[in-house]
Amino acid sequence: MKAKFRFILAAGVLGLLMTGPFALTALLLFADARDAERVAFAEFLLPRLPLGGLLTVMGFIAGVMLLRSLFQHYVHGLMRMAETLRLMLGANRNFRVVPEGPPEIRELARAANDLAQQRDELLNDVEAQIGQAKATVEEEKNRLAALMSELALGVVVCNLDGRILLYNSRARLQFKALAQGPTSMSGGALIGLGRSIFSILERGQITHSLENIQQRLRKGSAEPTANFITTTRSGALLRAQMAPVLRTGATGAAVAQMHDNPPGPLSGKGGDDVSGHAAPAHEKILSNALGADLQVTGYVLTIENITRNFEREAERDQALQSLTDGNRAALGNIRAAVETLIGSPEMEADYRERFTRVIADEAAAMSSRLEVTMSRFADALKTRWPLEDVLAVDILAAAASRIEAKLQLPIKHEDQDASLWMRVDSFALIQAITFLASRLQDHYAIRELRLRLATEGRMVFVDLIWSGTPVSSETLYTWELEPMNVGAETSPLTLRDVIDRHGAEIWYQRDKAAHNAFFRIVLPAAATPDAPVIDQAQHLHSDSRPEYYDFDLFAARDAAGSGIDLERKLTELAYSVFDTETTGLQPSQGDEIIQMGAVRIVNNRLLRQEIFDQLVDPVIPLKPEGIPIHGITEAMVNGQPRLDVVLPAFHEFCAETVLVAHNAAFDMRFFQLKEDSLGIRFTQPVLDTLLLSAVIHPSQESHRLESIAERLGINVIGRHTALGDAFVTGEVFLKMIPLLADMGIVTLRQALDAAQKTYFARIKY
Amino acid sequence: MSHRILIVDDEPNIVISLEYLMKKEGFQIAIASDGEAALRLASEFAPDLILLDVMMPKKSGFEVCEALRADPARAGVKIIMLTAKGRETEITKGLALGADSYITKPFSTKDLVVQIKSLLA
Repeated sequence: MKAKFRFILAAGVLGLLMTGPFALTALLLFADARDAERVAFAEFLLPRLPLGGLLTVMGFIAGVMLLRSLFQHYVHGLMRMAETLRLMLGANRNFRVVPEGPPEIRELARAANDLAQQRDELLNDVEAQIGQAKATVEEEKNRLAALMSELALGVVVCNLDGRILLYNSRARLQFKALAQGPTSMSGGALIGLGRSIFSILERGQITHSLENIQQRLRKGSAEPTANFITTTRSGALLRAQMAPVLRTGATGAAVAQMHDNPPGPLSGKGGDDVSGHAAPAHEKILSNALGADLQVTGYVLTIENITRNFEREAERDQALQSLTDGNRAALGNIRAAVETLIGSPEMEADYRERFTRVIADEAAAMSSRLEVTMSRFADALKTRWPLEDVLAVDILAAAASRIEAKLQLPIKHEDQDASLWMRVDSFALIQAITFLASRLQDHYAIRELRLRLATEGRMVFVDLIWSGTPVSSETLYTWELEPMNVGAETSPLTLRDVIDRHGAEIWYQRDKAAHNAFFRIVLPAAATPDAPVIDQAQHLHSDSRPEYYDFDLFAARDAAGSGIDLERKLTELAYSVFDTETTGLQPSQGDEIIQMGAVRIVNNRLLRQEIFDQLVDPVIPLKPEGIPIHGITEAMVNGQPRLDVVLPAFHEFCAETVLVAHNAAFDMRFFQLKEDSLGIRFTQPVLDTLLLSAVIHPSQESHRLESIAERLGINVIGRHTALGDAFVTGEVFLKMIPLLADMGIVTLRQALDAAQKTYFARIKY
Repeated sequence: MSHRILIVDDEPNIVISLEYLMKKEGFQIAIASDGEAALRLASEFAPDLILLDVMMPKKSGFEVCEALRADPARAGVKIIMLTAKGRETEITKGLALGADSYITKPFSTKDLVVQIKSLLA
């Protein structure tokens, strides 16, 4: 635009220069002459004027032509060169300016190339040195990776938002085995860097475990870890252990304020004012765990699939029970009979006969029961529900805040012995208490619940007390057998399961004198309380841990927890780069998708392991002319899943990421045509590498994927499979991010705006 | 006049011993083999003491115990719970629901008789 304007200006000046001096001379002569001379001058000049004018116009045209060619060679040539120089500066170091045009420009190009050559040599030298330093670090990392992959346990590292920073292959396999339906197509892609752990594990349980860890940290516990059992969507049983990832000497406003404002002894409410922003609840709680200069920045989960172990455990329990309880009765019968026989020497013969038969029968039954039990017991593994020693008041405090939050039911605490420890699965127990509270509220409209804690021998009593309407024991029996669902929160466990798991009992009792009623849960007390170890905090400092957890995502924050913030930097976002192969180019005329491929980008890295690669049965016949392009034949698509299965799976794969594709409008059109019939919508932002290329290199003619890849120095392998193209597009996109930043396009919104502008610009032409 | 004892258990092999023992001690005996029969006999037979098993078909010993304690007409009846489960929590529950005594199997017949006599004294 600017060059064009300058060209017009130059042509104007040329015109003026060619006509101006001549006209001025004529005017001066005319003014100087007398009347007769003027007439003679006019008579002489006027008839010859057309010839002069014609020659001038021809001269002018020749001048403009010359000017234009100079412009072409020098100005445009220089502009093109500037673009390629920028390219050399950033995306493609090996790119060189092609010397073309007039000698001066060629010379300049050669000089620039020499300069680039020199720079490359310097850079190579620096890189070699960095490489050496990196190699040692890499070696350490590889050692960790090897260690992780050898582990029989699944390991997942998450930041406080629940984003996965690291996982080992075992974890991947475990979750892949659990994936059912569409997700199994993407290779268990629910687990992936930057993905949310909450799509696999229940948020409540993670939060609860973090709270437990925080409490332990505050007490200076030797083992600030938490255990829990969870059931997945597919019904498998997982046992997880959570250990915090800590950072010492944390700085920042929140920390400073925490020191001025130490958290309260239990609920830690003192820190509420610290987090003014909408932080997730667990984050808020954790920001209080700074008493010992420790900041939890994330957590390591070790996960084990114990579905089978649990089945064995249940079997083992049964075995034990039939050994103890089953034999108790038999032994009781024998003992009673024997003692009766001994105590009654006068007994008649037929009675005596009956008593001895009882003894013989019961003894035989006991032997065979023992036989069966022992053989079953031999295979049973020693797996246990992970019961933890917890302060009883802590459980009640947690239950109270949960009930108040979920049910808006006021809770009062009475007679709570703060020194009582219990051995419990705290999540399940709190769920059970909440469940009872919600049933009381729903069916008996209680307005307040009081929680009491008492002890007797080696037992702890947890009482839920309310005034007013009495409940019948039958009601409690029914409640015991229902799944503990509270509002939208569902649990596969029943109250009875929880009670049995703890070796506990529950019953209903009335205190007529006090005009109230209560449910009493009796639990075994913990024998050995978790003794506080003071200097243990020393070991928790991060310098005692290998520094493998230095992941950028620890710092990442999701403003709303879901959805994509348009103000975030392009370098911080997660992307799903995808491509489709289709039967033809006319989606509206019945062409269909036959292959979909996608790869994820997280933290500026193309994750070649986290992919989506699926052939699709288009139901319509393939067009013969398309087969040489995509290489997909009828035989390949036959028996493949149809789009109504594949697209929802792809939708899940892309959740919470920005979509990236080359000529995205084409692919999105196919999706849009299916949106209504499949009931899924791709609402996330879409970036198009074609449009972005036009933003970066407006003067280049071709914005085909191959041309862009070549320009940016990317090797193109495996094109024209959906996944192959997605890989190329992903690499192209990663190279584009710094080029966009050079132009001041940093955030997602800026990129979308810029792309839209070129889009309209292109439409106009 | 001799005391009346109701034996509630679904296992004949223990009932035979209990029955013989109680008769030998001169008590009048009735026998129920499930929870519902137990409640019926509790009013028909009007026992002074009930030997009550916990694990039974139809109604558990806990339920029978609760029902008896909720009935003012049967307020005076003594209840000894007999159980094949020996967990502390369960014993606590039985006593909380109104049992006078709680005996786990296997038990000493001598002790049982002593218990019964002291409760009826």
